[in-house]
Amino acid sequence: MSLLAFNLPIVALLPFVGAALAAWASRFHRVASAWVSAGITVLALAFLAPAISIPFAGETLIQSWAWMPSIGLDFAFRLDGLALLFALLILVIGLLIIIYARYYLSTKDSMGRFFAYLMMFMGSMLGIVLSENLLQLVVFWELTSLSSFLLISYWQHRQDARHGARMALAITGAGGLALLGGVLLLGHVVGSYNLTDVLAAGDMIKNHELYLPILVLILLGVFTKSAQFPFHFWLPHAMAAPTPVSAYLHSATMVKAGIFLLARFFPALSGTPEWTWIVGTAGLLTFMIGAYTAMFKHDLKGLLAYSTISHLGLITLLFGFGTQMAAVAAIFHIINHATFKASLFMVAGIIDHETGTRDMRKLSGLLKYMPHTAVLAMIAAAAMAGVPLMNGFLSKEMFFEQAVFATETSAWAWAIPVLVTLAAIFSVAYSLRFIHDVFFNGEPKDLPKVPHEPPRFMKIPVDLLVVICLAVGILPMFTVAPILAVAVAGTLQATPPEYSLSIWHGFNLPLVMSMLALALGVGVYMIRERLYKLHDQILGRVDARVGYNALLNATLTLSLSVTRRFDKGSLQHASVWVIGAGLVAGVIGFMTVDAPLFGDRATLPIDAASLTAAIVLIAATIMTVLVHRQRFLSLISIGVVGLIIALGFVKFSAPDLALTQLSVEIVTIVMLLLALYFLPQITPKEVSKLRLGRDGVIAVITGIGVTLMTMAVLTRDFAPISEFFLENSVPGGGGTNVVNVILVDFRGIDTLAEIVVLALAGLGIYAMLEGMKLPARDRDAQGRLWNPDTHPAIMQTLTRLLLPLMLLVAVFIFLRGHNLPGGGFIAGLIASVALIVQYLANGIDWTSDRLKVDMHTVIAYGLLIGTGTGLVSIAIGFPFLTSTFEYLTWPVVGKFEVASAIAFDIGVFLVVVGATVLSLVQLGKLSRASHDYAAQQEKN
Amino acid sequence: MEWLVAIVIGVMTSAGVYLTLRARTFPVVLGLTLLAYSANVFLFAMGRLTIGQPAVIDAAAAGYGDPLPQALVLTAIVIAFGMTAFLIVLALKARSELGNDHVDGLHRSHDEQETKQ
Repeated sequence: MSLLAFNLPIVALLPFVGAALAAWASRFHRVASAWVSAGITVLALAFLAPAISIPFAGETLIQSWAWMPSIGLDFAFRLDGLALLFALLILVIGLLIIIYARYYLSTKDSMGRFFAYLMMFMGSMLGIVLSENLLQLVVFWELTSLSSFLLISYWQHRQDARHGARMALAITGAGGLALLGGVLLLGHVVGSYNLTDVLAAGDMIKNHELYLPILVLILLGVFTKSAQFPFHFWLPHAMAAPTPVSAYLHSATMVKAGIFLLARFFPALSGTPEWTWIVGTAGLLTFMIGAYTAMFKHDLKGLLAYSTISHLGLITLLFGFGTQMAAVAAIFHIINHATFKASLFMVAGIIDHETGTRDMRKLSGLLKYMPHTAVLAMIAAAAMAGVPLMNGFLSKEMFFEQAVFATETSAWAWAIPVLVTLAAIFSVAYSLRFIHDVFFNGEPKDLPKVPHEPPRFMKIPVDLLVVICLAVGILPMFTVAPILAVAVAGTLQATPPEYSLSIWHGFNLPLVMSMLALALGVGVYMIRERLYKLHDQILGRVDARVGYNALLNATLTLSLSVTRRFDKGSLQHASVWVIGAGLVAGVIGFMTVDAPLFGDRATLPIDAASLTAAIVLIAATIMTVLVHRQRFLSLISIGVVGLIIALGFVKFSAPDLALTQLSVEIVTIVMLLLALYFLPQITPKEVSKLRLGRDGVIAVITGIGVTLMTMAVLTRDFAPISEFFLENSVPGGGGTNVVNVILVDFRGIDTLAEIVVLALAGLGIYAMLEGMKLPARDRDAQGRLWNPDTHPAIMQTLTRLLLPLMLLVAVFIFLRGHNLPGGGFIAGLIASVALIVQYLANGIDWTSDRLKVDMHTVIAYGLLIGTGTGLVSIAIGFPFLTSTFEYLTWPVVGKFEVASAIAFDIGVFLVVVGATVLSLVQLGKLSRASHDYAAQQEKN
Repeated sequence: MEWLVAIVIGVMTSAGVYLTLRARTFPVVLGLTLLAYSANVFLFAMGRLTIGQPAVIDAAAAGYGDPLPQALVLTAIVIAFGMTAFLIVLALKARSELGNDHVDGLHRSHDEQETKQ
């Protein structure tokens, strides 16, 4: 099989493996995880390499496996030009970030954790850009939200990091939900979740009545992720992350995920007035707000954060124009922004690292301390400002050209070039500030550290990126043109329009706008001090976070008040709500049906024995309630109820149930007795007569309702599905006891799940009782002394004689279970009773010395055997726990069938014995521990 | 006979609901046990009542009781036991941690007076 048949999922999933490896590697050496991560990234690039030529040949590589076909979810990957561009950005810049981060992190930071998160994030991003299936894309989208949360909160001890991470998660997570909704609607409209189908159905989607909801929901996802107004405010708070994270998340990845989605859906959703209005307006506003605010941030990373918001707005605005040429400019700017912004973040990190501060009011004159870094910063900042000969200039020119071109669309559109130039002026001003404030502007004053150049390898990633900025800016045709062309083709899913990447287009309006922006930008920077004051007085007080917090608090208050209405922290209160709601629903059900309450099925005659039993049962039930405050008495009467139910099962043709009920009843009562010893013997009287009356009324109405409902069913005929089981029990399951065959064969998976529950209950009980001590009493409720003789001789002798007999009965019941009433459950309970009686009569120590079996192991073996028999059928090529009927037809292994079902029943048997004995013996041990405890207390 | 069974189920449900709404753990456990009984019998009765026709395949049998509800109820009985066991131990745990057996873990002083009597 060719590598091209399966390499894309490997590229996307390899970083997740890398995350585990990186976390593991850090045990051996501090920087080992960095090397592992770098190695994995290179490996991912290597897996991607053979496929690179495919988009260049104008084809799309799709690798797809059915996953959950019923909901349209495929495990499907896709590589076209757009996906290739982003995959390369993610991997290459990721690699540079890894090298940089290895030197950035201090010895106090856990390298393993950092690189594990980073690799998880890288894998999630790759998953987004390489997904062919939209549902799968949403899954990876959510993974980026989660892993970026971990990255932003990497310095967990810092409150701002925790807050920033939580805000980012809340906003991008909410956007992710909106995106999921949009994608579901889109899939519903198109009839497929595969991008190939969706991209081809553009016209159909745009003319569909659900177009607007789809657009709004998907754009909510895009805008939250890409920090577009009014969701932009999480991004600056995410700057609390370590700088390599900011450099990665806010240059090439996280925030670009939203932009990627705009590009991805461009053929399917763009070109309508709605698209232009929503996307264009959000982009324009974000572009302006970001550029303006960046100027007034004194923190280096704060400036870069708002600059990022601004540039994302620019790209969004370009997509909003909706033309093919605008899309070209947008893709071009994505590449350029990724390079210069990543280098600027890394420079900010270097400055922070070597001087101890990022405050531009303290920083100045660093040129002579770190000339190399200064040169790098200047080139990157020039690219950000759009100075000619840098890559940023080229895409900005294209952007201006589109802005001018857009004026033809409507009467008000003349404002677009004006506003855009205004924002560009501020872009120049803040870029200048980044350079002048930090590297010039006099001598540094009271810096925490004496500044110096960083280690060589911290600069090398920046060197490389800056060289790219220059190379693209000066020689675009020889550098960026091929990948740009193929990415544009991938975005448009069509042949790209003619465009020119040359530096000189003649003297035209866009050039004038550029020059104006540069000149006025310098001017704005000159009068900055006055502007700061003005800003602080007016706009500086506006903080989107205030609104966010108010909204968050209002939501929390609302949900709390709703919750408190139902949940007052009282179980009684909650139970009344639950039962009351059930009652209301039931009454409505009865009311709204016109059919007569009872049917006309013939009823059975009542016989004297049944009547007597029923009367005793009802009396015992009422007795249980009446004397419930005297707990011992009520326990006895509830035992009577259980026993009569067992008799009822005998009467009504259910011998298996009768046996089960009987043995369960014994175990339950023994256990409740053991437990009652540690609880108050008498329930205190409840004060509120009102509450007792209310509960009584609820109880009586519920009882009447259940009675009527039962009668409504019992007086009607029905067509059960049980015929199937009755007919197939012998030929299919090889047993005449249909109930047992259903349990171990037809519905084996249910039974398996049930013994798992039982096993968990047993283990949970063990865990809860472990180490517990409760005051043991030496007197009963009436103040009489308990009999200290816990192991009467007659009982001891008798139970020891009985043990083999009882076990024999268990084995007998077990073996005949498949054909006559019996089986694993019942045999297990009987064996449990046999063992528990030994503990009761002879004491735990005596019995444990002789029964050297750990009940945990018994449970484990039971589950193992139960699951194992299921797996055997898989191994032979049938579904899990398949009915073994098929084997019967084989002449030689014909007998194997019966053995397989019995093996499963052995599993059931072992779990029942294990869980039951484990719980009861642990309860018994509690008694001993508590007596020792009491004795110790007395001594003291 | 159907009425008899239906009334029995109703009475057990009533008693179960009433006890479940009580404020101390032990009666609540008893109440849930009663509810489990009534639910099991109710479920069993959904296969209708048949006398003397167990679902064991036999050429001489005139008919069979419905085996499916029986199988469901059989496991339900065992699960109900597991649940009761877990609950009662939870009640013990609550008493050991909180010093009382109120379902909300409240009224400590009140309970202590009770036990001193």
